Amino acid sequence: MALYNDTVMEHFMNPQNVGELENPDGTGTYGSPVCGDMMQIQIKVEDEKIVDAKFKTFGCGSAIASSSMATSMIIGKTIEEALELTNKEIIKELGGLPAVKVHCSVLADKAIKNAIYDYAMKNGKVYAALEGYDPNEDEDEHDHDVPEEE
Amino acid sequence: MRNVYLDYSATTPVKEEVLQEMIPYFTEKFGNPSSLYDKGLESKEAVDNARAQIGALINADAKEIFFTAGGTEADNWAVFGTVDKLKEKGNHIITTKVEHHAMLHSCQFLEKQGYEVTYLGIGPDGRINLEELEAAITDKTILISVMMVNNEIGTVQPIKEIGKIAKAHKILFHTDAVQALGNIPIDVKDLGVDMMSMSSHKIYGPKGEGALYIRKGLRISNYLHGGAQENSRRAGTENMTGIVGFGKAAELARVHFDEHVKHCSELRDYLVDRILTEIPDTMVNGTMEARHPGNANITFKYIEGESILLMLNYVGISVSTGSACSSKSLEPSHVLSALGVPVEMIHGTVRFTVGDFTTKEDIDYVVENLKNIVEKLRMLSPVNAQKGW
Repeated sequence: MALYNDTVMEHFMNPQNVGELENPDGTGTYGSPVCGDMMQIQIKVEDEKIVDAKFKTFGCGSAIASSSMATSMIIGKTIEEALELTNKEIIKELGGLPAVKVHCSVLADKAIKNAIYDYAMKNGKVYAALEGYDPNEDEDEHDHDVPEEE
Repeated sequence: MRNVYLDYSATTPVKEEVLQEMIPYFTEKFGNPSSLYDKGLESKEAVDNARAQIGALINADAKEIFFTAGGTEADNWAVFGTVDKLKEKGNHIITTKVEHHAMLHSCQFLEKQGYEVTYLGIGPDGRINLEELEAAITDKTILISVMMVNNEIGTVQPIKEIGKIAKAHKILFHTDAVQALGNIPIDVKDLGVDMMSMSSHKIYGPKGEGALYIRKGLRISNYLHGGAQENSRRAGTENMTGIVGFGKAAELARVHFDEHVKHCSELRDYLVDRILTEIPDTMVNGTMEARHPGNANITFKYIEGESILLMLNYVGISVSTGSACSSKSLEPSHVLSALGVPVEMIHGTVRFTVGDFTTKEDIDYVVENLKNIVEKLRMLSPVNAQKGW
């Protein structure tokens, strides 16, 4: 009996891709310490492919584990592919999270989107998945209004 | 791996002496205390003995102790029994923002039924303001309920002064003493409380047992209805093992009170000193003066409490946190909010409570591990002392 499964615990205790890049091509953050979870992600892009990614996360076990998993998942992917990554897929790859954690602690898809948005802005790139996207718009969606019972 | 339990405010292990007292009541001494033959009377005697043991711990008469199925039932009985008894007189309750949920949620339930509830705030020392209390009293006020010792920050309320105010206004005064029992001196007569909630499993007794002290001469409505147990005040066949265990635990708490307080406060102070001096960007929440002897509530800035808890658990250390992420409701601690701790810091707060079985080696083990864990999590964190929040 444990709060998290072994995969989640492994990514929490030994997170992959921790830190900051020296010259990142894009930086994105999502969440805030006030909400209890905040993630920063940086990407290195070569030929439209994410060749490296690093993260820093303030948050609970699932926030850290999902950050580790998400960065592992996007390295080697094209920008277009990375933009399609959903929290659902990250959670699936982690082998599931407690229901109460799903809404508030998985920030990776937004943080990745924000990092790519930053890269697109700096390099004058246009991606269909980012059309009309505003990195600050969805903050309210990150709410804590979930039912108590699982 | 070493196992270090530092969550004695959550619950305590049953002491061996307590367990030994309980065991015969599972098997050979199984009589129902309501039965009139010897086997029943033997059980009745044991219940009355436990009642006296608990009374002795708080300077109450045995007859003023009524057994319940824990602290939560005691709180519920005190509140619902009082409002029902005094429904003709008024509909206003005064309590605090930092009560246990057993009290807060009972009050919130009553608000939905049309009752008025005033929730007093606390100062930086964790205590309510007595003038504010007095100002909140109306001619409709029927109950004041203020917890004696806070379960999260261990701060102690000025119960005697509150008792005087309640008495001057002829208002019933209840206190939740679940965390206080066995940890600070309690004399119900001197404190002037009308009702007081207690729990067995916080003082090395079994879970599922508690008691409500009701001052002699005071009659509130019953909460559980049924048989004539507990002098017809609380129905249900007695939880014999629970009652006998609670009684023995209370006796041990009374006899060993001074050494318990000394042992816990020395180790707690050692823990706090080491953390504050050896780990940067840490702070203690709530005053250290007249505090629960085992309680240390500490904020580790720039990191999150559930992560700390998980990593401590990984090395065999048990603590609790005020972080929203660790609670099912995802709400940060209402106590730390009331104390004025910024939300981002509440998330990084850990409660350590030491107890009778804690050793100095345990504390050293905890501090050494904490140092590594805090450093590791700060490496992971996008916020830090240089960048700020």
